[in-house]
Amino acid sequence: MKKLRRKVYMVAGYNTISMGSGRKEFHPKKDRPGLEDYIKEAGQGTLKMIGGAKNVDECVIGNFMASRFNRQANLAAFFPFIDEGLRYKPAIRVEGACGTGGLALMSGIKSILAETAEVVLAVGFEVQNTVKAIYCADFLAPAGWAAMRKDGHAYFFPGQFSERAGAYFEKFGRETTRKGFARWYRNAIENARLCPTAQEYHNTTKDLEAAAMVEPNAKAFLENLTALDCSKVSDGASAIAIMSEEGLKRCGISVSDAVEVVGFGQVEEDITKPPPDKTALTTMKQAVSNALDFAGITINQVATAEIHDCFTVAGIMAVEALGLAEHGKGPEYVIAGNTARDGNFPINTTGGLIGWGHPTGGTGVHMAVTLWEQLKGKAGAAQVNIPDDRPYGLMANMGGDDKTLVSIVFKK
Amino acid sequence: MTYEERLQHVSVLGAAGKMGSGILLLTAVEMADLSLKPGNKGKTFVLNAIDVSDEALAGVMRYLRAQILKIAEKKVHAIRQIYADRHDLVDNDEIIAQYIFDVMNVVRPTTRLEAAYDSNMVFEAIKEDSALKIKIFSQINQNNPKQPWFFTNTSSIPITVLDEGAGLGGRIIGFHFYNPPAVQKLVEVIRSNQTLKEVDEFALAYAKNLRKIVVPAHDIAGFIGNGHFMRDILYAVEVVHIFMDKGMSISEAIYATNRISQEALVRPMGIFQLIDYVGVDVCSFIMFVMNPFTRDEEIHSKLLDKLLEQGIKGGQYSDGSQKDGVMKYEKGRIVAVYDPLKSEYVPVSQMQAAVEAKLGAMPAAPAWKAVVGNKAKDEILKPYFTQLKSADTLGAEITRNYAKKSREIGKHLVASGVAYNDADVNTVLLTGFFHAYGPINEYLD
Repeated sequence: MKKLRRKVYMVAGYNTISMGSGRKEFHPKKDRPGLEDYIKEAGQGTLKMIGGAKNVDECVIGNFMASRFNRQANLAAFFPFIDEGLRYKPAIRVEGACGTGGLALMSGIKSILAETAEVVLAVGFEVQNTVKAIYCADFLAPAGWAAMRKDGHAYFFPGQFSERAGAYFEKFGRETTRKGFARWYRNAIENARLCPTAQEYHNTTKDLEAAAMVEPNAKAFLENLTALDCSKVSDGASAIAIMSEEGLKRCGISVSDAVEVVGFGQVEEDITKPPPDKTALTTMKQAVSNALDFAGITINQVATAEIHDCFTVAGIMAVEALGLAEHGKGPEYVIAGNTARDGNFPINTTGGLIGWGHPTGGTGVHMAVTLWEQLKGKAGAAQVNIPDDRPYGLMANMGGDDKTLVSIVFKK
Repeated sequence: MTYEERLQHVSVLGAAGKMGSGILLLTAVEMADLSLKPGNKGKTFVLNAIDVSDEALAGVMRYLRAQILKIAEKKVHAIRQIYADRHDLVDNDEIIAQYIFDVMNVVRPTTRLEAAYDSNMVFEAIKEDSALKIKIFSQINQNNPKQPWFFTNTSSIPITVLDEGAGLGGRIIGFHFYNPPAVQKLVEVIRSNQTLKEVDEFALAYAKNLRKIVVPAHDIAGFIGNGHFMRDILYAVEVVHIFMDKGMSISEAIYATNRISQEALVRPMGIFQLIDYVGVDVCSFIMFVMNPFTRDEEIHSKLLDKLLEQGIKGGQYSDGSQKDGVMKYEKGRIVAVYDPLKSEYVPVSQMQAAVEAKLGAMPAAPAWKAVVGNKAKDEILKPYFTQLKSADTLGAEITRNYAKKSREIGKHLVASGVAYNDADVNTVLLTGFFHAYGPINEYLD
């Protein structure tokens, strides 16, 4: 257990809708809100809860690939656009592929610890429906090593995780693993149906597991995964405020309304190297282990987690990386219902990346927002039980194929 | 000459037309794919897109580009393999852009027929005019030293007539695509009485590479597709008169017939919408072409004549949207029906209630979308037709008669030797017309 030089809190989380296929109001050929709209909605949503821009000392914005999706860079300069009160305040943009949101949180946490700020506004977003999925794949591919792209799959990242799924099938059995994927998908959609901002909120499929068990078609898409095994293309933003005790006081927010950051693990792996074991998320395991050690707790004291299920197979392997199931036993653990909302360890309670959506640069922030809501009883219809003897929530946000990892432990 | 050699120099006549542009697209893609095979480096592949208007050719090049983009996006996995050794092409969008260029690069748009004098084979999709076709085929044949093969897209003229008329000695075959060729899976293949075996073999290989379903038809005017469609139109006109005898105005009767033939018969389009889609003029012309070859039968519609006299033509705009014809369309919806007696469109809203009252209660028909492609369609259609059998309203009676007539037309096509068997007739209607079920069925037995 490590002791922070001062306490760090998160509060006032806000999510926009995760827009994309699946939402009733989404139409690929009609005009949609731009990144400006998402950033503004999320930023203002949080500012409103903390007494306005005047209370903010610093800002951090997380985004992966607006330079290609939206032809936009220099994103920190959007803070004064969110609110004129943020003009001339320090702001920074961070990027770590799909782990970007986690990095934004870490940047804010470090500003609090460095005592350069008492209140940091953190925003994460991605607006990806500007292009078809086939080009989206191009824009997301730089999350891996560019030198690998040429020989990779047309859908580069799905291709990487399809390979991981194939390796997992071979080592631990295809049928049970696919059933585990299907149950993971079902949980994701069932949770998303309880969260009005979720991309799969309108999903009405009756037999979710049967839908997910349809055989993959390598010719049309991937060898080992179907479209339902993948998170979708999403537009969305999330925002949260990171504060010291003094910051909370300044904003007139009671400590009891905030979650406390009691541990974190921020870990990088070599982007040029293939995973040491295709059937495991070894970097995530390290990050989670660091975060839990930092907090001085074990996974058994955690009530719920938000983990990076960009693909069902990543969800299954994340369950193992968290230490909830032994290596190779993830599928069975999930099939038994442990990770469902009424299970022993509810995971991704508003749908996660597959159910809620995956606006890549925003996902890490969304995880923190969800945990804040759950630990503080603000999750509405999606609320799960947080036992008194397990007052912790954990997030694990991943960039690339297990390369950039941020895990944070929050206390109720 | 091998299959590949044959496809190294090709011309499409009528390349800017609705059918020609589709044939041009499919052939360009097939030729480009051959040119991109590692063994074919350095070989040239030339596809002349021949039509009479430069403006239309410019339009067809835009159409090609948009369509090749769609095709490339769909088969991006395969295309990535094609360019595996091109290290400058990494992202999907770079690879797709290169592929579009390579396909377009095969195509030479021109208004000069002489371009076809160098071709090994000629696809023809010009006007349904046998004299014109014969004239052009003869001209090319006489000036082209390569003894070219002719693939005609005629939907109604007997191939033997063209073969003998142009003196081709069997270097011709009917290769009838359905509209739009890029989408429709069906091709009717029709041999003349002396079509060469090599031509026939090539046609089947080409169809296979294009992933088309081939249905052979005998060389009898109209073949299977139009053989059914034209007679279906004539019956629809009879139904219009039946409805008029029951007190409907002509526009009401057309509207009612269109609804019966779409909703109650579970078809993708009503018969008058289909006429508009194909073009009133085209339908009328096909009848004109077929009629001399059909004995004991008059393939001719006075109603279509009357519509044409009043300038009602239908057809589509170059972007594929529907022009007004027998009916008026707004965003693809039917909003009014033409009254040829008063020479004006009558809004659907003015007639809908009256027509529905006259047709009477109808059993709830399943939506075409829910049936087509549904493996368990029998389970949906059987109970529907059973209900239809016992329904005692004008609408139900007309629907039953319409379905029986469609079946009778299908049976007639087999009996008169146009189709080889019942299954081929059903295949044509299922794949060429997107019907949810074949006309030769036992639902009403």
